[in-house]
Amino acid sequence: MRTVESKQAGLERRQPGPRKSQRNQGLWISRIILIVASILYVTPIYWMITTAVKSPTELAVFPPTLIPGEWHWENFARSVEFIPFGRYLINTLIITFFSVVGSVISNLIVAYGFSRIQWRGRDLIFGLVVATIFVPFPVTVVPLFVIFAKLGWINTFLPLIVPTFFANPFYVFLLRQFLMQIPFEISESAKVDGASEWQVLWYLILPLARPAIAVVAIFAAIAAWNDFFGPLIYLQDESKYTLSIGLQMFRSTHQVQWSLMMAASTLVVLPVIVIFLAFQRSFIEGITLGSIK
Amino acid sequence: MTRRERYNLLIGLLFISPWIIGFLAFLVYPIVSSAYLSFTRFSGFGAAQWIGWGNYTRMAGDALFWKSLYNTAYYTLLAVPIGVVVAIVLAVAMNQRLREIPIYRAALYLPSVLPIYALSFIFIWLLNPRYGLINLVLRWLGLPPIDWLGDPAWAKFSIVLLAQLGAGQYALIFLASIRGIPQTLYDAAEIDGASQWHKFRFVTLPLITPVILYDVVIGLGLGLQVFAPSYIITSGGPVNSTLFYVYYLYNNAFRYSQVGYASALSWVLFLLSVVLAYGIFRWSRRWVNYEVGT
Repeated sequence: MRTVESKQAGLERRQPGPRKSQRNQGLWISRIILIVASILYVTPIYWMITTAVKSPTELAVFPPTLIPGEWHWENFARSVEFIPFGRYLINTLIITFFSVVGSVISNLIVAYGFSRIQWRGRDLIFGLVVATIFVPFPVTVVPLFVIFAKLGWINTFLPLIVPTFFANPFYVFLLRQFLMQIPFEISESAKVDGASEWQVLWYLILPLARPAIAVVAIFAAIAAWNDFFGPLIYLQDESKYTLSIGLQMFRSTHQVQWSLMMAASTLVVLPVIVIFLAFQRSFIEGITLGSIK
Repeated sequence: MTRRERYNLLIGLLFISPWIIGFLAFLVYPIVSSAYLSFTRFSGFGAAQWIGWGNYTRMAGDALFWKSLYNTAYYTLLAVPIGVVVAIVLAVAMNQRLREIPIYRAALYLPSVLPIYALSFIFIWLLNPRYGLINLVLRWLGLPPIDWLGDPAWAKFSIVLLAQLGAGQYALIFLASIRGIPQTLYDAAEIDGASQWHKFRFVTLPLITPVILYDVVIGLGLGLQVFAPSYIITSGGPVNSTLFYVYYLYNNAFRYSQVGYASALSWVLFLLSVVLAYGIFRWSRRWVNYEVGT
């Protein structure tokens, strides 16, 4: 099994290319493809930000201006006043915070059970865990709603938070991949000295697994922040809305206020971009570790 | 079993118990329960009334069910292969000695982590027939404007285009896999006089087939579940051309209070995904190459 370090190195490693003329040609073709693709992929974000600062008159101009003539920064302030942005932000943060806590705790414990303890039937059950990754989430939505309704949890954050405390197959898989790579001698010698599995997990594995735990925490945070379907179904009171469904309010007015809607979208997207740029390495590690070989 | 083995089994099960509880409560029970509900007429409140196969026979004659199934198949069959090709092209391009690769990597991956609802909002505005950037570009190229979201023929394709913004993530997985291919294989191919294309076709491509399988399986799963973009961008329209399967399921469950019928739709989706996943894994044995580990 490859280690995370070598996988990282694999991403960075440069391969000596083919003959020079061929290589230069290939280099330029690749460069052009990548520049065009990068522009295409960044354009939506550029368009969102520039639309956000345009005035209504400029938005009604045809053809549209590529660079805003005037930069109306006050659109951001107006957008957060147009809808109860602060309320939605707090709601989203509450759900995100507890989802991260739930995901980190439950997936670490479960992944430990699937990797650091030898027990009969373990790998068979782990196969079942992996298989559940492929069950489409909407299959369970109707009966889950019925269950949560019986519990009186509709219109609360509980349906969005509680399931994160019961492990997610994708994160279990990811953490297990990482935990398998930690040398077993470390925990064996601790156990000989009388440490329990809990102590081994808490004092030995937890500190070593920090990079993988960070990946799970970041993925769980982004997933909760971005979630649309869950809040749409379970939250009915406007005061309980998250940003994902709250932003729809810009469209329920008789005329869509595009610059305000794009300003609010920018504010929602910005933290994700910042986290992404700051932890890019963790993201890449997460998706390459998480892909099944 | 020795005492030690029994002890380990107990401790192991204890550690995975959160998963066991979640698996039973949030997956097994709902699937079994929706199997029962699918044979009833149920509004979500009060008692469910047993109607046998009623929901399933109704489905067979329900034009919207077939329409949504067709839309979903159309979307998936277009979005997944395009996505695989785009991701491989980007990965091969990134596997070059270019100093500015980290910039491309960040730019191409970024949309994958952004909320789909925000991207959907932006897309409505980008595709606006009059004020949108896309039609402006078409005008530059001397092409006629397209009514992207108002024309049933284009609306589905617009959502396929939106899905391509997620290809960067898969490109990075392909890239990691390509970088793991031993250089000696390329050297050997070169000695045999292989062209760049031959090296890609006969060395790179066979060795990244496990990642292709991964991308296809995940893409199919996501394709069957597509919901938010059509809900936000087109509300299923125009003329139900973007009414996808899960959207129709959602409408039945949460708008029309047809919980029994929605449960039947869930079960059909479940069976469909099981059959598809099984079929793909079977089929993959013919073309996925696990011989040379990456």
